[in-house]
Amino acid sequence: MQVDSYRFLPRSFRPLYEGRGAFPGEEHPVWAPFEKRLSASRIALLTSAGIYLKTSQPSFDLDGERERPEWGDPSWRVIPSNAKPEDFAVAHLHINDEDLLADPEIALPVGMLRRLVEEGVVGAAAERQVGVMGYQDRRLKDWRETTAPAIVGHLREQEADGLILAPA
Amino acid sequence: MMPAVAEERRAPRIVGVEFPFGHAFGVAHDRSTQRHVLELALRVLAGASGFGTRVDLDVEWPVPLREAYRAWQPKEPSPIVKKMLEARANAARS
Repeated sequence: MQVDSYRFLPRSFRPLYEGRGAFPGEEHPVWAPFEKRLSASRIALLTSAGIYLKTSQPSFDLDGERERPEWGDPSWRVIPSNAKPEDFAVAHLHINDEDLLADPEIALPVGMLRRLVEEGVVGAAAERQVGVMGYQDRRLKDWRETTAPAIVGHLREQEADGLILAPA
Repeated sequence: MMPAVAEERRAPRIVGVEFPFGHAFGVAHDRSTQRHVLELALRVLAGASGFGTRVDLDVEWPVPLREAYRAWQPKEPSPIVKKMLEARANAARS
């Protein structure tokens, strides 16, 4: 069985995604072998669902996107692994947030990762996960120059062995 | 959600799910599917033998397509979609 990548996408949007190929300069394979056992590894999560902590963090900049529709906020948020679902808010103008607010595990499964750690399937969860907002300027300049290097630095500080990146 | 796009963009390891946008790990409160997706992602992370590994999850979204298609979309069009719709309407008028 092969997943239909465009099943839920409006038909007129398909050409915006299909057949675009790699970004210039990113044609070559990038590969890092995973050398540890999962049960001895620390795993981090990243969601692009626009999740942030509603009482202590700023929202992603939706007004900026409304003013400049081709632009999306490239900033990122640290989400503690022990945050509760009721701590979360969602700022993402491209998806319905009802299910995300009802059960953030559909985008950022911190509780399920914790359970897998308790069962010994995974060695440890990173203490601080990563939240971004997935709608971005198509050139990804800010991402390349600022956001991605900062997130990589954060993951190294966390001594994460691997990252599960979940697009929204 | 769009594994073919992830392949084109040269992601090294990919898990494909045929779920609506905003639901990478499955239906809200369905812990069984959420666990299934996370465990598969972990297995692919740790066990893939080389670049371009893609494993698709054979789980059908449990909501009829038309309903699910409407449900994932925001209540009002995003700014870029609004702009595209306006441009299309203007082109049709001229």
